[in-house]
Amino acid sequence: MALVAPADARTAVDLALRGRKRQVGGMLFRFGLLATLLLALAILLVLLVTTLADAWPVLTDRGLDFVKSDTSSLAERAGVWQGLVGSLILTGFVAAIALPIGIAAAIYLQEYTRDTRTSRILIANIRNLAGVPSVVYGILGLVIFVQAMRAITGPGSVSGKSYISGGLTLAVLVMPIVILITMEALRAVPSSIREGAYGVGATRWEVVRSHVLPYAAPGIFTGAILALARAFGETAPLLLVGAVTGYISTPSSRTPLEILQGPYTALPTQIFAWARLPAGDWQSNTAAAIIVLLVAILLVNFLAILLRNRYERTW
Amino acid sequence: MSVTATTPRAITLELMRGSRRRHRKERLVRLFFLSAAALGLVISLAIVLALVEEAVRWLFAIDLGWLWTEGWFPRSDEFDLLTILSGTVMIAVIAMLVAAPLGLGAAAYLSEYATPRTRRTLKPILETLASIPSVVLGYFALQWINPELVRRIFGSAGTFNLLAAGLAVGILTIPLVASVAEDAMHAVPHALREGAYGIGARRKTVTTRVVFPAAVSGIVASLILGFSRAVGETMIVAIAAGATGGALRTFNPLERGQTMTGAISSLAIGSDQVRGSGFAFDSLYFVGLLLFVITFLLNVVSERFVRRVRSRY
Repeated sequence: MALVAPADARTAVDLALRGRKRQVGGMLFRFGLLATLLLALAILLVLLVTTLADAWPVLTDRGLDFVKSDTSSLAERAGVWQGLVGSLILTGFVAAIALPIGIAAAIYLQEYTRDTRTSRILIANIRNLAGVPSVVYGILGLVIFVQAMRAITGPGSVSGKSYISGGLTLAVLVMPIVILITMEALRAVPSSIREGAYGVGATRWEVVRSHVLPYAAPGIFTGAILALARAFGETAPLLLVGAVTGYISTPSSRTPLEILQGPYTALPTQIFAWARLPAGDWQSNTAAAIIVLLVAILLVNFLAILLRNRYERTW
Repeated sequence: MSVTATTPRAITLELMRGSRRRHRKERLVRLFFLSAAALGLVISLAIVLALVEEAVRWLFAIDLGWLWTEGWFPRSDEFDLLTILSGTVMIAVIAMLVAAPLGLGAAAYLSEYATPRTRRTLKPILETLASIPSVVLGYFALQWINPELVRRIFGSAGTFNLLAAGLAVGILTIPLVASVAEDAMHAVPHALREGAYGIGARRKTVTTRVVFPAAVSGIVASLILGFSRAVGETMIVAIAAGATGGALRTFNPLERGQTMTGAISSLAIGSDQVRGSGFAFDSLYFVGLLLFVITFLLNVVSERFVRRVRSRY
C-alpha cells in the first residue's frame, strides 16, 4: 500500500487547504492593516510638507533673521527669538524641578514600597494625574502660582504672570509622566541585580544608587527627554498662566531672579496668537514659526530614539 | 583583618545593627523619596481644591437659569452647558471615528504582522506623530484639513467648524490608541496563537478571532483613553473650531461650535476684554471642574480594563 497519496490527490488537498479565495481575503486584511499605518505616516508627511510650503517664502527670504528677530506687529519684521528663548527658559525650569522630584518619587514607588493598598493608591493617583487635560493644569497654575503665590512668583506689574508661574505649571504637568516613565525603566531592571547587591550587605539606597540606577539610566534619560519635549510644545496651560503673545520690552540688565519673575512668552503661544490673525503674511510667519518649533522637537525626539536604540537591552 | 585575628567575639546586637551613619543616610534618603512621592497626592488635592472652591462660589453667585440658554455667550451671562457638552461630544466622536480604525489597525499590524525590522522603523514614526504639539495640528486643521478635505466635500462648511477640528483631534489621538492597543495585543500569550495555528487557522483568523477577543479589555481601554484625550484637547479646538466669542447651541458638526476646553481657553485669552456682570471669567473654574470630573471618570474606567488584561495574562 502506498503511504504517499497520488500526486493529483495531493494537489487537490493542497489547493483545498490553501483555499485560494480566502487567501485573497487574508492578503486584503493584511494590506488593510498596513494601509492604516501608512495613512498615519501620510498624514504626518502632508502636515510637514504643507507647513514647509507655507513657510518657504519666509524661510528663504529672511532665513536666520526670522529666528533672531523679536516679535513685532509688522508681519515682515516679526520673528520668533523671544518665544524661542522663553520656551528654552521654561523648559530649563521644568527640567530643574520636575526631573529630580519625578525620578525620586518613582524610585520610592518602585523600589521602596511593597505592594500595599497605600502604594497602589499612590500609583493609581499618578496615573490619573497623567490623564488630566493640560488645560486643567493651567487652571491649577492660575489659582495657585499666579494668584495665591503672587508675592513670590511675580510681584509688581506682572501680577504673578511670570516665568516662575509658567515653569512651575509645566513642571507639575510633566511630573506624572516623568514618574511613570521612570517607574517603567526601574521595573525593567531584573531583581537578581538587586539581590546581588543586597547579598553583600548594601542598604536599599546603596542598591538603588550603585546597581539599579545605572542600568535604568538610559530608559530614564530617554523618558526625561520626551517629557521635556512635551513641555516645550505645550500651549494650553500657558494661556491660563498668562504667557504674553506680543512684544516684551525688557530692560537690558536684570538679575536672573528678575528675569524669572518678569513677563514671558513662549514659542507655542506665539504660534497660537499668529494662527488666529487674518491670513496673508501672517500665515507664512505662523508656518515658519511652526517649522522652528518642529525642528526643535523632532531633533530632540530623534536623539531620544537614537539613545534608546543604542542602549536598549533585553534581559 | 584584626577582627578575625582576635578571639571570636560574641555576635552582639550592636554588631548586627551595622553602621549608624549608613542607617541615618538611608532614613534621610528614604524620607526624601517619600516626600517626592507624596507630592503627587498634594498636586491632586490642590487641583481638586482649587477647582471645587472657585466653581462652587461661581455656582452660588449666578442665576442657575443661565446654565440653560440658547448658547454659550459668557459676556452676556449665557452659560448653556448643553452647548459646550454637545460640542465636546461631537469633537470626541469625530476624533474617535478617525483614531479607532487607524489606531487599532496600526496596532494590529505592528503586533501581528510586522517583522521586528519593520517594527523598528514604523514605531518611531507613530511616536513622532505623538510628539507633534497640538497647536501645530490646530494650524493644520485650519489651513489644510478644512479647505482641502472638509470644504471640498461639504461646500456649506465655514472657515471654522467642528468637523475639521474633530478630524485633527483624531489624528492627535491615533498614536495613543495604537500604543495602548498594541501593548494589549502584545500581552496575549503565544500559546493561544500557536494553538490556533495548530488547528489550521490563518493569520487573519488568528488576529480577528483569537488575539482580538483575548485583548479586548485593553482595546476597550485604548478607546476610552483616546476618547478622554479627545475630550481634553484644547489648542486644536481653540484654533479651528472658531468660537472665540461664544457659540449657539448646535448639533451640526459643519458649524462653528464651542467645547469645554475651547470655552476655558477663550475665557483665558479674552480675560482683559470681558464685560458683563463679571461672572464670565470665573465660569472657567466651573467648566474646568466639569472637564476634570469627566476625564477622571473615563480614566478610572479605562484603568479598570487595563488591569483586567494584566491580571489575566
